[in-house]
Amino acid sequence: MQNWPLLTLTIFLPLVGVLFILVLRGEEADVARNARWIALWTSLIDLALSLALWAYFDPSQADFQFVELAQWLPGFHIAYHLGIDGISLFFVLLSTFLTPICVVASWTSITVRVKEYMIAFLVMETLMVGMFCALDFVVFYIFFEGVLIPMFLIIGVWGGPRRVYAAFKFFLYTLLGSVLMLLAILTIYYQIGSTDIVEALNRGVPPALQTWLWLAFFASFAVKVPMWPVHTWLPDAHVEAPTAGSVILAGVLLKMGGYGFIRFSLPLFPVASHQLAPFIFTLSVVAIIYTSLVALAQDDMKKLIAYSSVAHMGIVTMGTFTMTAEGLQGAMVQMLSHGVVSAALFLCVGVVYDRLHTREIARYGGLADTMPKYATVFMVFMLASVGLPGTSGFVGEFLALLGAFEVNTWVAFFATTGMILGAAYMLYLYRRVIFGVITRADLRAMLDLSWREVAIFAPMIAVVLWMGIYPNSFLKPMQPTLAKLIEHVQLSLRENAAAQLAER
Amino acid sequence: MQALPNFLPALPEMFLAASAMALLILGVFQKGPHVAREIAWLGVIVLVAAIALVTGFAGERQVSLYGMFISDGFGVFMSVLVLLGAAFSIVMAIRFNEQEGVARFEYTVLVLLAVTGMLMMIAANDLIALYLGLELQNLALYVIASFQRDRTRSSEAGLKYFVLGALSSGMLLYGASMVYGFAGTTNFDVLARTIDATNGVSIGLVTGIVFVAVGLAFKVSAVPFHMWTPDVYEGAPTPVTAFFSVAPKTAALALFVRVMIYAFGELVDQWQQVIMAISVASMILGALAAINQRNIKRLMAYSSIGHVGYALIGLAAGTPAGVRGILVYMTIYLFMNIGTFTVILCMRRQGRLVEDIGDLAGLARTQPMLAAALGIFMFSLAGIPPLAGFFAKFYIFMAAIDARLFWLAVLGVVTSVVGAYYYVRIVKIMYFDEPAGVFDRGIGRELQAVLLIAAAVVLLFVVFPAPIIGSAEQASATLFPG
Repeated sequence: MQNWPLLTLTIFLPLVGVLFILVLRGEEADVARNARWIALWTSLIDLALSLALWAYFDPSQADFQFVELAQWLPGFHIAYHLGIDGISLFFVLLSTFLTPICVVASWTSITVRVKEYMIAFLVMETLMVGMFCALDFVVFYIFFEGVLIPMFLIIGVWGGPRRVYAAFKFFLYTLLGSVLMLLAILTIYYQIGSTDIVEALNRGVPPALQTWLWLAFFASFAVKVPMWPVHTWLPDAHVEAPTAGSVILAGVLLKMGGYGFIRFSLPLFPVASHQLAPFIFTLSVVAIIYTSLVALAQDDMKKLIAYSSVAHMGIVTMGTFTMTAEGLQGAMVQMLSHGVVSAALFLCVGVVYDRLHTREIARYGGLADTMPKYATVFMVFMLASVGLPGTSGFVGEFLALLGAFEVNTWVAFFATTGMILGAAYMLYLYRRVIFGVITRADLRAMLDLSWREVAIFAPMIAVVLWMGIYPNSFLKPMQPTLAKLIEHVQLSLRENAAAQLAER
Repeated sequence: MQALPNFLPALPEMFLAASAMALLILGVFQKGPHVAREIAWLGVIVLVAAIALVTGFAGERQVSLYGMFISDGFGVFMSVLVLLGAAFSIVMAIRFNEQEGVARFEYTVLVLLAVTGMLMMIAANDLIALYLGLELQNLALYVIASFQRDRTRSSEAGLKYFVLGALSSGMLLYGASMVYGFAGTTNFDVLARTIDATNGVSIGLVTGIVFVAVGLAFKVSAVPFHMWTPDVYEGAPTPVTAFFSVAPKTAALALFVRVMIYAFGELVDQWQQVIMAISVASMILGALAAINQRNIKRLMAYSSIGHVGYALIGLAAGTPAGVRGILVYMTIYLFMNIGTFTVILCMRRQGRLVEDIGDLAGLARTQPMLAAALGIFMFSLAGIPPLAGFFAKFYIFMAAIDARLFWLAVLGVVTSVVGAYYYVRIVKIMYFDEPAGVFDRGIGRELQAVLLIAAAVVLLFVVFPAPIIGSAEQASATLFPG
């Protein structure tokens, strides 16, 4: 099994599904039905492949596994280089886990241009998985930025009334961030003579260059995460995107930024990361508190969850730049947890939106009476989002705060305050939607979850509880990699300090 | 008696000139309803044969015809691009000319003559040879710009092109005379050998170089010498516009590179700032001015101005990496532009051409394949990976970083984001808007084939980049002997 190009298979299998969908001909209804089934089966097989990755992954190793290396641009030392370690493994799983859920969630809600829709999601899956597996900067960048094309189309074609504005804002914002990273990548290329990420990680970047390069990478990742104050595209994109688009956006696309910080910013530019950590802490704390307050004032459900995403990702950036074992593990778990929980919350919104075609919180109330199953599911994810012990949210937030506490008490203090606000807006949302007295006839007529919706939520609840009750299955594979990363960072910092001392 | 010079390196040019004459005679004596079509296909065969000749005789750097004429890897690469562009535009014009009632065989002959001029420009090793090639090209281009002679816009385009082209040729000639006056020679080899910048440069020589650069900037339509471009692009028949946007531009850029980097390579400090300034101005204007355009051909004109700006970054770098970037850029640009103009040719309602970008509304519903193709070209022109346009920009910025032109690179990427807006807006019109009527079906087999080739290159470049990148690498090295 180890000899199979398992990563390449996982990455490009969705494209095979795309080819099948492309050749579909016939009546529109038949084509739509077949496209759905092909997309579902492709993404399920892809999920199985990625589970095989997890099964064969050696959790005691810190190095890259399943490595594949093929010549691509031989004269330039740019190669098709893939591999996963403890950091990327779970992001690959997250991507392959959410894609079939998206397909099923769009089963009945998407009725126009189904064929193109499914193609867009499968292409997206290829790009997402490829990005997390890439071990060459150019390969990474291609996947990283290529995601813009399908997401732009998903928001713009199947989105809400202001979809054009949201699609452009998303596209241009993220493009501007990533082109600066491209220049930084080229600078690194001339420093080390290759775009190989492993090589770059081993050789390091001279401290004099680190600040500029760090800022260029930061421009890209900060927009993707998104960090305050460049988060403004996110609420627009979420509100206008179709439900499944929001799921992928919140579930995976935001993680690309966090992944980038952990994979590149910390190990490549340890000195700059260390120097600029207070800057990140400030932005993170502002994000946590400010966006929580903004979320309290929202009357659109999706917008509220979008703002909560910014706050939760603030915890991730904070945990990452503590550069402690706890902080990094917290950031990782928080990202995985947020990937599932916020995706599920968007799906919860999608459930009621499909029935009533509005996301205005004030239009709802008292759903606990007519939709008991829905109320339970929503409660689980709401509590996970708040960070109740026993759910995945708790593990991530707790570890990240622990890391922050070691480094800076004030940061931890303010972040905790923000999390209390987080509990406030989520509980407030839940009360307004689920409890109360039903006053409208259309609310009384709403049907509870269908079996298809139950099938979507069941695995997500399982994962959330699994991550909350026995986080070790997730922490164990990532620990060696993160430990090695921290060791590397500390070593570079010491070397740099020694070099500066020697200069004096 | 003096021995005959070695004519072999000039074989493709002579072959093209002779073929053009032969086709002219054939066209005059041939009778029948399909003369134009037959001659066009013969013209394509001639161009393909010329590609074979150019690549077949490619070898070591060779200077012949009393130092006037050079054949090297760089020239071969550029010549192949020009020949490809010309072949595509002849194929694109066959049906168009028939539909517009201007199906004349002279079109093919004129394109062949223009291509002969371009090949001579690319192979010029002397300011005089350069001028000869340039004028041969220009005269043919003026005529085909106004090929739809019954339409005022086409005639206007030809006239504008003629007046401004003559002006720029005059400047170039003036600059060349200054160079001759102060350097004492017009030969590139001698110029490259004798100019010595260590003890200061005479101001006359610098003035001459600047004038030559201005003349060439006119030809590649770089800001601030771009004013003719939108009008000519809009007015000229669409296949001609497609031809203008690739072939003459490639030839003029090849000339620009050879003159600046080879002949005046020693004076890089003198001309680098000029090139940087026009590059920045072109990128900014190309990005901003296109935003408000409604006519898709005008939009493509501004887009081409912007793209020249990016290509000029490679020239400003002045390094082998920069030249390599230009070669890769022009190759990919050729396919993107030919593809886009093929789609524009398909924009026809009830037999009439439409050119407003609003006419593309909802194309994704009515003609999904056409919309997908144009979408691919637009994302590629915007430089979004994994499409080929990304790699074009990638190698250019690589050269800029290599030459430590950081600010130029930052400006370049920022304007490329601004420019992405108007490319992506076309995708938006096709995919997000409601259909506003349908285009005529049946675009013809030739256009389908051109579209397929262009889309395949743009889409699959990421999988097989090595052939193009590798040959560009080798070709650029030949410009830097020793």
